[in-house]
Amino acid sequence: MEQVIFYIFAGVLLFAATMVISVRNPVHAALFLVLAFFNAAVIWVLVGAEFLGIALVVVYVGAVMVLFLFVLMMLDINIAPMREGFTRYLPVGALVAVLMAAQLVAVIVSDRADLVSGTIPEPAADVNNIQAIGGVLYTVYVYPFEIAAVILLLAIVAAITLTLRRRDGTHKQDVARQLSVSKDDRLRMVRMKSSRRQDQTRN
Amino acid sequence: METVLYAIVLFPLVAAAIAGLAGGWIGRAGAHWVTILGVGISCALSFWVLHGLVWGDLEPVDFTVYTWASVGDLSFEVGFLVDRLTALMMATVTFVALMVHIYTIGYMHDDPGYQRFFSYIALFTFAMLMLVMANNLLQLFFAWEAVGLVSYLLIGFWYTRESAIFANLKAFLVNRVGDLGLLLGIAVLAGAFGTLHYGEIFAAVEADPGRTLNLFGAAEWSLVTVAALLIFIGCMGKSAQVPLHVWLPDSMEGPTPISALIHAATMVTAGIFLVARMSPVFELSTVALTVVLVVGALTAFFMGLIGLVQNDIKRVIAYSTLSQLGYMVAALGVSAYAAGVFHLFTHAFFKALLFLGAGSVIIALHHEQDMRKMGGLARYMPVTYIAMLLGTLALIGIPGFSCFFSKDAIIEAVGYSAGGWATFAYWLLVLGVFVTALYSFRLLFMVFHGEERMDEHARKHLHESPLVVTVPLVLLAVPSVLIGLFTFGPMVMGDFFYADGSIRVLADQTGLDRLAEGYTGVLGFMAHALVTPVLYLVLAGVFVAWLLYLGRPDLRERLVAPLRPVQRGLEHKYGFDWLYIRGFTDGGRAVAGLLSKAGDRWLIDGLLVNGSARLIGRIAAGARYSQTGYLYHYALVMVIGVLLLISFFVVRTLFA
Amino acid sequence: MIELSDFLILGALLFSLGVAGIFLNRKNVILLLMCIELILLAVNINFIGFSAHLEDVAGQIFVFFILTVAAAEAAIGLAIVVVLFRSRGDINVAALDAMKG
Repeated sequence: MEQVIFYIFAGVLLFAATMVISVRNPVHAALFLVLAFFNAAVIWVLVGAEFLGIALVVVYVGAVMVLFLFVLMMLDINIAPMREGFTRYLPVGALVAVLMAAQLVAVIVSDRADLVSGTIPEPAADVNNIQAIGGVLYTVYVYPFEIAAVILLLAIVAAITLTLRRRDGTHKQDVARQLSVSKDDRLRMVRMKSSRRQDQTRN
Repeated sequence: METVLYAIVLFPLVAAAIAGLAGGWIGRAGAHWVTILGVGISCALSFWVLHGLVWGDLEPVDFTVYTWASVGDLSFEVGFLVDRLTALMMATVTFVALMVHIYTIGYMHDDPGYQRFFSYIALFTFAMLMLVMANNLLQLFFAWEAVGLVSYLLIGFWYTRESAIFANLKAFLVNRVGDLGLLLGIAVLAGAFGTLHYGEIFAAVEADPGRTLNLFGAAEWSLVTVAALLIFIGCMGKSAQVPLHVWLPDSMEGPTPISALIHAATMVTAGIFLVARMSPVFELSTVALTVVLVVGALTAFFMGLIGLVQNDIKRVIAYSTLSQLGYMVAALGVSAYAAGVFHLFTHAFFKALLFLGAGSVIIALHHEQDMRKMGGLARYMPVTYIAMLLGTLALIGIPGFSCFFSKDAIIEAVGYSAGGWATFAYWLLVLGVFVTALYSFRLLFMVFHGEERMDEHARKHLHESPLVVTVPLVLLAVPSVLIGLFTFGPMVMGDFFYADGSIRVLADQTGLDRLAEGYTGVLGFMAHALVTPVLYLVLAGVFVAWLLYLGRPDLRERLVAPLRPVQRGLEHKYGFDWLYIRGFTDGGRAVAGLLSKAGDRWLIDGLLVNGSARLIGRIAAGARYSQTGYLYHYALVMVIGVLLLISFFVVRTLFA
Repeated sequence: MIELSDFLILGALLFSLGVAGIFLNRKNVILLLMCIELILLAVNINFIGFSAHLEDVAGQIFVFFILTVAAAEAAIGLAIVVVLFRSRGDINVAALDAMKG
């Protein structure tokens, strides 16, 4: 039963991946990628990785792919020249892909690797996947976890810095300049002779 | 004794440093006082040492002052070996140097380079003393080069004259040839025996005289012959023997005191000293001695001939020096070291005297050196004339004068020696005596007698030279005349040099020994001269000179006409200059130019240096097309690379 | 029962498709990024497969980190694309040859 479900979803996954790399329209490609992620998520859930399956859908489909679509739609991209050479490179690409796939599969199925006999056991009914991940993530992997957080922060800062545009004519505070102001910038000491009082001369 | 030796060496050096470095501060008088004082002290101490070694209770010393470096078993040292040979040289060098110092005050009176000159000659005295006092070959070589350097500096003393620069360069380059030989000779000895010390080398040579070494493949060469010949090449350079003699006549471009000191009395005799010092090595090689004899005899005769056609007063004396050096070398060649060194000793005095006398004439004529513009000077310069006359009589070997004893001893010693080459050399030397007398009196007659050929202006200003010039002349004239009478017996006929092992002679009976057998005293030796052809040839030379230059000058023209080609050959100095300058120098430059063009500029610079750079450039120019700048090309290459890596491992793992 | 090899073969095929995608869509940066996402997904599938096979949750932790880094990478990559488009008006990689030798 599970095997059948796996094959079905795996087949759809490969189909979606094929479409991602071959459709003309990038928006369609992004949507096929979403489909591929969904299928992958199903397969992951099937073998008991519920948390990651849900995370894949929520984070990837919900955030990353939406970002892709945003960019695709916001930018006025002329896709015609980018398709140039598609057919020309098709044989090379196919050859590379087939060779690579053949070799990888050959490794997997060979006797030396001893992988063919391996199976994936049924997930135990009483094991909570999220609990298990949490139990490890916040103890053994707590430092990598923190680093992952920092990486995300870095990505936020980097993305904002890259895309932030300063327009002329806007009134903005420049805190750094404000703080680095010194007295000499603002104040000019003028030494003048004291003049006689006007009324005295007039008299 | 050791303190005295340090003082002898260091006083001239300090004086040279003071005169050279502080010359402007101490002034002209300061410069000559300090150097004369330094050399004078040195001279007095040298005489003390000589006296102590000969008559006193001083023993020969041989000690190391300072070890400069030591490489394995070979150590480079500074050390002194003072025996009778050295002491004699020291006394001669410092005495002549002192005379020249005093004389220079008068000769260089108006020269702007006064202090520099004194510094140089004091430095020369130091270097020459180091040379003769060395107890090892390294120090000898150092001093050898040092005297060469000072000689170079002094020949080019008037460095604004092009001819002086040419002459000093010539002297330097020709001496390099000789020095290379000397250096190789030192290397042969040091390589064979692992020591540079004289005594150790002599002991090692005597212990194994038949030792051979391999040169040019497997051929066996006698070690002593090779070493002696190479060292003799050094002697040929410094003592100006054929064919390395060409620099000495040109060195007359230097100031006359230098010609007297360096190019007549001392430095050029360094080669004689060297061979005498290395006598234990030379003694073991008959071949080397024969070469020495022949070279010396050839130089003695043929260089004297050139002196006949020279018109420059200093050049005549220079060729005379060459000729006399040839006599000394010939004496060395028949193991008559004592006679050679004795001739060196007497020659130093009378040749210095002749040069200084010539200098006196040159001053009087305001630096005119052409004898054709002199004549009749005896009237104006009596002291100079008498000094020159005595020097000339000494030079030609009138019995009783110093050179008579030394030259006659050489000729007799060669004559008593056995062998065809000795006979050949003997006749050359005997004929050389005639030539010597001829050119010497030719000079004397042309300068001091006959009609006065100088111009009116010069004649009006003729007068005897000042005391600083004439006093050294007189002081040099005394030993020139008398020294032979007193020293000939003990030095040449006795065992002056053999007693303390300064000079070693192996042959059972040399020509000199045979001569000594019949020696009965100075007067007997002089009487013996009456029955040899030598004296009559001398007198004949004087007579011919008188006939041609004073008695019947018209005969000269008639005599010269048929001898025209001979005269031209002599005037061209047998073509040596032409061969060296046109042949070696220009040829060398042509070869160097070719190598520079083909080897250096084309092959090395063009092909190897720039060529490799250009090749890299070409490759890079081609390779840069692989850098398309398109990111995806790099990505593709990367992916293909990954694929290949995977393939490699997969194929190896699965099908190995 | 799902065989482990099925999982791995799925991952291998997906990886190869991603690589092929890089070849085919080499001029469109956004599609290149998508292909990289495919490749990462293939890797993640392998991790999940092994994790389930070995009954070890560590593999899933790795997938978690890979997802984090991939999200960060996608965000920055897209930001770069936006800047690129702004400055050149185009995102055709073929026009980017400033590194030409």
